Amino acid sequence: MTATTARLARPDRIAPARLPLSQLISTALQALRTRRLRAALSALGIAIGIGAMVAVVGISASAQANLIAEIDALGTNLLRLTPGQTLLGANEVLPATSVPMIGHMQNVLSDAAVYQVSSANVYRNPLVPTAQTGGIGVDAAGENLPEVMSATMTSGHFLDSVSDRFPEAVLGAEAADVLQIGHVGGHVMLYLGNTWFTVVGIMSSATLDTSLDSTVFISLPVAERMFAVQPNPSEIYVRANQNQVPQVSNLLAATADPQQSDGVQVSRPSDALEARAAAKGQFTALLAGLGAVALLVGTIGIANIMVISVLERRGEIGLRRALGATRRHISTQFLAESALLAVLGGVAGLIIGAGATAIYAQAKHEPFVIPLYALITAPAAGLLIGAIAGLYPAIKAARLSPTEALRAT
Amino acid sequence: MSIALSLEAVSKEYPGEVFALRDVSVQVTRGEQVAVVGPSGSGKTTMLTVMGTLERATRGEVRVAGHDVAGASDAELAGLRAHQVGFVFQEFHLHDAVAALDNVALGMLYTGRPLSQRREAARAALERVGLRHRLMHRPPMMSGGERQRVAIARAIAKRPLIVLADEPTGNLDSKSGGEVIDLLHELASDGATLVLITHEETIAAGFARRIQMRDGEIAFDEAQ
Repeated sequence: MTATTARLARPDRIAPARLPLSQLISTALQALRTRRLRAALSALGIAIGIGAMVAVVGISASAQANLIAEIDALGTNLLRLTPGQTLLGANEVLPATSVPMIGHMQNVLSDAAVYQVSSANVYRNPLVPTAQTGGIGVDAAGENLPEVMSATMTSGHFLDSVSDRFPEAVLGAEAADVLQIGHVGGHVMLYLGNTWFTVVGIMSSATLDTSLDSTVFISLPVAERMFAVQPNPSEIYVRANQNQVPQVSNLLAATADPQQSDGVQVSRPSDALEARAAAKGQFTALLAGLGAVALLVGTIGIANIMVISVLERRGEIGLRRALGATRRHISTQFLAESALLAVLGGVAGLIIGAGATAIYAQAKHEPFVIPLYALITAPAAGLLIGAIAGLYPAIKAARLSPTEALRAT
Repeated sequence: MSIALSLEAVSKEYPGEVFALRDVSVQVTRGEQVAVVGPSGSGKTTMLTVMGTLERATRGEVRVAGHDVAGASDAELAGLRAHQVGFVFQEFHLHDAVAALDNVALGMLYTGRPLSQRREAARAALERVGLRHRLMHRPPMMSGGERQRVAIARAIAKRPLIVLADEPTGNLDSKSGGEVIDLLHELASDGATLVLITHEETIAAGFARRIQMRDGEIAFDEAQ
C-alpha cells in the first residue's frame, strides 16, 4: 500500500493510464487469435489484391531479367559505327581505310563491315513489279558478319570465298520470311539487280541489330563488280575486349576517320536494348486493375468486420474502460487490430504473388525475380489499408459510453 | 481517516430532465464497507459509475481518492480507474478464450506494468481468492462462483483503494453468493474501501453501513 499512500500524498497529480506499444500489439494479436477464421477470411481480400499486384510486378521483372540475360548472352561488348550527317544534312561517308584501321586497334577482337548496295533490289523473279521490293535492302558483307553479330544460320551457310566470285546471296531472317524462303535445299534463286543469285543460306535473327534481318547479303567483290559499289562501309560492327569497351568506343571514331571524326557515330546496341527492356516491362494493366479492385473489396471487408466487431465487443470495450483504458487506448486497439489484419494479408499476398511469379517463371524458363521494393511495399500497403479501414470502427468504439457498453452484454 | 470517496450535492441528469441522481451527498472513509440497496431504477448503479469515474456528474463535486474529477481529463480519469478503482460486475465480464491468470493480468493492463509483473500479481491475487488450482483454466470450465472469484481477483490484484461491486451475487446461487460476499469482506478488511450494490437484505445486513436509495436520492444512510 506504500505506492497508494505516496499517490495520496500528492492529490494534485493523477498517475496516468498507460498502454505500452508492445502490450498494445499483443492485445491486438490476442484479439485476432481468438477469432482466427474470421481474421483469416477478412485478410484474404487484402491477400488476393496484394498478391495480384506482386505477381504483376514480379512477372514483368522476371521477363525483363530474362531479356537482359539474353542480351548479355549475346555480348555487351559489341559496338556499331555508322556515318553521321554533315552540318548541311548530307550523309557522311566512312573512308574505305576505316576497316583495316579498326582491325589494327588494340583490344578489338573482331570486326565486320556492311556496305549498302543502294542500286539493287530483290525479287523472287523478274515478273514481280519493280515497286514491290518488300522493304528488303541489299548489303555487301564480309564472311565473319554472323560471328561478330552472334547470329547463327537457320539454313545453309554464310558467304564464303566462293561467294566472292559467283552470284550467291544470304537472307536475313525477316527477308527470308518476306520472300517466303524457308530453307536453301535444292536450288533457290533470287532475282537481284537484274541478275539471278543463288541463295546459299538464311541467318537467324540478329538480336543485337535487327535492322540486319530485313537484308539480303552478297559479297563485296561481287557488289563492286556488278553494282559498282564503293568500299565505303555503311556500318561497321566491332567486338571489343569486354573490359575495355568504353576505351575502344572513345577511340573508334578517330580511328575510322582521322580527318573527320565528328562524322562518325558510335553506339553500343546492347545498351539501347537493355534500356528498352527495362522500360518496356510487361505490366499488364488488366491484372493490376483486378488487384486494385480486390484491394478495395478487401478494405471494405476489413472495415465491415471491424464495425461488426465493435458492436459484438461492446461488453469488452466497457470492461476495458472500467479497467482504466482511455478513449485513445480503445481506438488504437481497434486500429491496431485492423492494421495487423491487413499487414498479415499483405504478407500473405506477398507470398501468393511470389508463388505465382515463381510458377510463371518456371513455366517460361525465365529467372525468378521479385523487386526489392515489393518486399517492403506489400506489408506497408497492408498497414495503410488497415489504418484506413479501421479508422471509422476505431472512432466508433472510442465514442461508446462505458456504462452503456457494459450494459450491452 | 482519509476520505476515499466523496460526493457533494451530486446530480446526474439525462436529456429531458430525467434525473438518475438528484442532489446526492455521501462520504466514504478509507477502509469502510458500504452496502447500497434500493429498488430497480433508484440510481444505485449510476451512483456507482459516478464514483468509479465511468460517468461524470452533471452537477456537484466528486472526489475519488482525493482527486476532484470535474477538471480531470479522460486520460486522468482512466488513470484513476487503472490504479485506484477495482470493479466487480454481476456478469463477470471475463474473457472466455484466455486462462484465469491472464484474465486477472488484464485488470492491470492499463497501469503500463510489463506482462511478467502483471502475471505475478495475478497469481498472488488468484491464490488470495482461493483459486490457486485454477490459474490456467478458462472461465467456461469454471462454476459461476469461481468465475466471480476470478473477477474479484482481477479487481483487487492491482491493490486499488476502492472496490466497487455491482450486484456481484446476482448471477450466483445463494451458497456461492454467500462465499463471494465473505471473500469481499475478507479482502476489504485488508484496507480497501468497498461499495457494494445488492438487493438482498441478508447480504446488506452483513454490512456496517447501509445506504438506501429511492428515485435517485439517498433515502437513508445509516450505520447499523
